[in-house]
Amino acid sequence: MTQRASFTPVVAGSASSESPATPKAPARRGGPPNPSADALRQRFGAAVRRVDVVWGETTVIVDGARLGEIAAWLHDDPAQRYDLLADVTAVEFRDSELPLEVVWHIRSLPFRRFLRLKVLLEKGRPLEVPSVWATWKSADWLERECYDMFGIRFAGHPDLRRILMWEQYKEGYPLRKDFPLRGRFSRSEQLRQALAANPEARYSMDELSIAQAFEDLPDDMRQRLSTGEKTGE
Amino acid sequence: MGLSRAEPTPQVIQSGNEPWIATRLDFLVNWGRANSLWPMPFGTACCAIEFMATAASKYDLARFGMERMSFSPRQADVLICAGRVPFKLAPVLRRIWQQMPQPKWAISMGACASSGGMFDNYAVVQGIDTIIPVDVYVPGCPPRPEGLIYGIMLLQKKVMGERMKDSSIRREMEPDPTSQLYIPPSQIDELSEPFGNSVHQTRSGL
Repeated sequence: MTQRASFTPVVAGSASSESPATPKAPARRGGPPNPSADALRQRFGAAVRRVDVVWGETTVIVDGARLGEIAAWLHDDPAQRYDLLADVTAVEFRDSELPLEVVWHIRSLPFRRFLRLKVLLEKGRPLEVPSVWATWKSADWLERECYDMFGIRFAGHPDLRRILMWEQYKEGYPLRKDFPLRGRFSRSEQLRQALAANPEARYSMDELSIAQAFEDLPDDMRQRLSTGEKTGE
Repeated sequence: MGLSRAEPTPQVIQSGNEPWIATRLDFLVNWGRANSLWPMPFGTACCAIEFMATAASKYDLARFGMERMSFSPRQADVLICAGRVPFKLAPVLRRIWQQMPQPKWAISMGACASSGGMFDNYAVVQGIDTIIPVDVYVPGCPPRPEGLIYGIMLLQKKVMGERMKDSSIRREMEPDPTSQLYIPPSQIDELSEPFGNSVHQTRSGL
């Protein structure tokens, strides 16, 4: 059996002693930051706005305009190799003066490092950040969820649609602070809109593997899909 | 001979060599239906775990004639909705209900299916009785298997009380805009507005 040269398996206990798997008793604030933070500072200079260390985890607040570049470098640089994008989410604070934060959790499996990237989005500006889909393919659904819940647009995402709420959902973005807990419409209107949806018309042609079996579909479904319909309303 | 509803006990009559039974047809049909209810499990949350426990050997739902979960609604008699139903699932639940052949019944298992439960929010249907007619509501969060079995026994009791003559039981109604009873959505909005206009406020006070 031959092993691919580029892949170094991580065996338990094989990590170098300078990066223990679980830091013991980290301070609430402060402490040594992740070595990637300094490397980022050296490489990108002013694009790195701030570095925080909270509970031993490093948060790097970066300039949104250069995020794509930073993400690609973190992924590709042989001394970083952040090969896992674990989460994309956002934080909105109750204080309406504070900017919205978009958060990326990335992990370097070969070096056993965890890094949190943040981009601050000022209120009153369009909520838009570059997509990191080109670097980590797992960003696809994560960014769609973030868009669905917060209304943040990820520029460069190949298919930015709602993912949890249905596509015709008209009430806004549920996790924003100005969104009422029970939604904007009355219960009966919500139910009417939900029941008006056709449960079989959830998918587009691109999403379905039935595209090849298109001719075998029932007539009405064929008609619907050929006009580009995605969800029934 | 068992014509009144009060005494549906079959009577065994010995005449000649073969014994034969005389009873009310309603009773016979209902007895058959009540003891062979095949459930369509619509499990969406933790209630479904209790439902599975009910079906497993310790509580053994098969004792009540529910020998087999019917995963096709076309072969099911009773829909057991176990868990919360989000709005996205509402048309699916209704479609499944429409696919079930008559006679059919529905059990709403647990607080979420019956009323939305603690999920009084933008995403969850506030009781599946806004989508489909429900025969038995089982309270609990989630109900214990004993609770579900009690609900099923109540449903059996209800089935035993049905009359074939009463066609209203099996009638399926879609709201008809031309009917006198039809209330337009705008008016329902007005009628169903909770006290204090709480629909438009958030819990956090913002």
